[in-house]
Amino acid sequence: MKIIVCAKQVPDTTEIRINPETGTLIRDGVPSILNPDDSNALEEALRIKDEYPDTHVTVISMGPPQAKEMLMECMAKGADECILISDRAVGGSDTWATSNAIAAAVRKVGAFDLIFAGRQAIDGDTAQVGPQIAEKLGLPQVTYVKEMELVDCEKAVMVKRALEDGYQEIKVELPCMLTAIKDLNKPRYMSVKGIFKACQPDAPIRTWSAADIEVDLGTVGLKASPTNVYKSFTPKPKDPGVFVEGETPSEQVENLLSELKKKHIV
Amino acid sequence: MDQMKFSDYKDIWVFAEQRNGVLANVATELLSEGYRLSREMDSNTKVCAVIVGSDVSGLAKDCFAYGADSVILIEHPLLETYTTDAYTKVICDAIGQYKPEIVLYGATYIGRDLAPRIAARLDVGLTADCTHLDVKVASYIRYAQENTTLDTSSLDPADPDTSLLMTRPAFGGNLMATIISRNTRPQMSTVRPGVMSRIDARENASGEVIRIEPALAESDIRTQVLKAVKAAKELVNLSDADIIVSGGRGLHSPEGFRLIKDLADKVGGVVGASRAAVDAGWIDPSHQVGQTGTTVKPQIYIACGISGAIQHLAGMQNSKIIIAVNKDPEAPMMTLADYAIVGDLYKVIPEMIAQW
Ligand SMILES: Cc1cc2nc3c(=O)[nH]c(=O)nc-3n(C[C@H](O)[C@H](O)[C@H](O)COP(=O)(O)OP(=O)(O)OC[C@H]3O[C@@H](n4cnc5c(N)ncnc54)[C@H](O)[C@@H]3O)c2cc1C
Ligand SMILES: Cc1cc2nc3c(=O)[nH]c(=O)nc-3n(C[C@H](O)[C@H](O)[C@H](O)COP(=O)(O)OP(=O)(O)OC[C@H]3O[C@@H](n4cnc5c(N)ncnc54)[C@H](O)[C@@H]3O)c2cc1C
Repeated sequence: MKIIVCAKQVPDTTEIRINPETGTLIRDGVPSILNPDDSNALEEALRIKDEYPDTHVTVISMGPPQAKEMLMECMAKGADECILISDRAVGGSDTWATSNAIAAAVRKVGAFDLIFAGRQAIDGDTAQVGPQIAEKLGLPQVTYVKEMELVDCEKAVMVKRALEDGYQEIKVELPCMLTAIKDLNKPRYMSVKGIFKACQPDAPIRTWSAADIEVDLGTVGLKASPTNVYKSFTPKPKDPGVFVEGETPSEQVENLLSELKKKHIV
Repeated sequence: MDQMKFSDYKDIWVFAEQRNGVLANVATELLSEGYRLSREMDSNTKVCAVIVGSDVSGLAKDCFAYGADSVILIEHPLLETYTTDAYTKVICDAIGQYKPEIVLYGATYIGRDLAPRIAARLDVGLTADCTHLDVKVASYIRYAQENTTLDTSSLDPADPDTSLLMTRPAFGGNLMATIISRNTRPQMSTVRPGVMSRIDARENASGEVIRIEPALAESDIRTQVLKAVKAAKELVNLSDADIIVSGGRGLHSPEGFRLIKDLADKVGGVVGASRAAVDAGWIDPSHQVGQTGTTVKPQIYIACGISGAIQHLAGMQNSKIIIAVNKDPEAPMMTLADYAIVGDLYKVIPEMIAQW
């Protein structure tokens, strides 16, 4: 089988702090990581490879040159081949433009059976790129996948797709796009052998330009993107509250309740 | 992209999501929001609810009650359960035929599957998971001044532009961005459930119902939904709750949620949780509040043993009154809280149950 995994390098948003003076994000010193949902997507591909050893897993990422570090991590976990789409022409792409670029790279890679993405990237937070790549490639999609299994002699998959209040069981023929959520599996660590492989100078981690993927330049990058950031800002901090006085929990609660009653909150 | 003729595009559409013949809460929230926006645009802009399903015409009444001027009804046996392929096809066809200026979807597990697919097929922009919408620059300035740190001095309140200004959190709630799709129509966004307020139901409201006979064949649908399983647990309705009592890692054990439940019962509230408590297996994920859980804005939010990580705050910081109980006075939740009680929750909560 041939499997493609879409993986994005993202800042660890749990480490981001806001500069209270300027109201901007402090990105310095914030580590870059493999997007969490994408590590579940990769894990699922690697599990298929564990079961069917002739499986070939290709990871595709679009981003700045330093995203190569994340691709090395993917390789150290077990990916066979990694591709980084890196070019100024694709910089500033919104999700529509991003999916045009990634779809072009997928076409360049050639035939495949299954393509995985994460449900959502923790920086842009849109959850749009997976479905949009599927549309651009004309593939069926199942999003929010929490369980999957190959069936019909590996010609189809059975998946459980999460809903807010339960799940659906869906069968879909290959090739198709699946987007992974964290319930899908528990990602593995890098292996020593894998780290060694990823560090070789001839490790199969390629960088492709916009010309390499033969994408129409009118469909990628900031200018072509149908959405634009009009303004960005940080939420306003709320008015400071009060510490409830009292020597004992009983007194504290008494004071709290009398305060709430005074303000007609209860 | 072809230069679209913008004057051909008019009206605000709301995808009135339904499951098993029941309208999603977010559908009526969005109709109310669409109503508010349309009245700011001009007198010719109408709000239209798009109902897709099989045998769902009965839902039109609720759509009218919450703001719809008209309803587009797309019924077909193959639309009974949601599939990406079928819903994308019939909605794209309808958009192509009627050319709405704006289309809003709930940012539900279905809306976030459907809307990006439609946007990619139509080659238009889509803004994700919005928490605020404006069509008038003056209204946007007012919103920004009240709620944000944005310097609005460069914006002109008299600006006649009525492009949709779509505001959304990104970077896990650390940053807000207002997105605009100036050059494509329709302008589309998904909107987070639970954030838009509903108008008072307009009794006996009615309007035009436009029926579309969709051209749909079984071969159009490439996914086969074999079954739908509803989680056996009772549905936790956090988004509609007036009072929420939430517990976090500070409970130290699953038994702690019994105490939380007792307090919730006493105050007439619903039980919420932090992700740490959910991940520990102390409580079902349906109780989780936050970025990857439910967004809530109750009258009173009581946070017990929750530190206040940004992802948790993202889901509850718009609560009217926040009460925090924590051993650590420095915890971010204590800073955010209107009323912070420093102490051991195992001592404080029983007092609250006794005295409330
Ligand atoms: C503050 C802010 C707000 C934004 N809001 C919007 C918006 O509302 N609408 C919009 O269209 N764009 C928006 N963008 C642009 C958007 O973030 C970028 O296009 C981004 O490259 C992809 O979106 P995402 O991070 O949300 O990915 P998601 O759509 O959440 O990603 C889903 C999955 O797609 C795959 N994927 C995504 N990006 C890549 C990549 N670069 N390489 C490989 N795989 C990838 C991964 O598997 C990922 O898990 C915004 C950008 C910023 C800075
Ligand atoms: C991508 C992503 C998405 C996330 N989404 C969410 C989300 O949706 N919702 C969410 O909640 N989290 C989310 N998180 C996790 C979040 O970052 C925090 O890890 C989590 O919210 C912490 O939960 P907590 O406050 O219960 O635990 P902790 O941070 O461990 O806090 C426990 C608190 O309890 C207090 N305490 C301890 N003992 C007592 C006692 N006896 N009495 C009183 N107080 C006591 C401590 O002082 C401490 O402040 C997400 C994280 C990531 C990376």
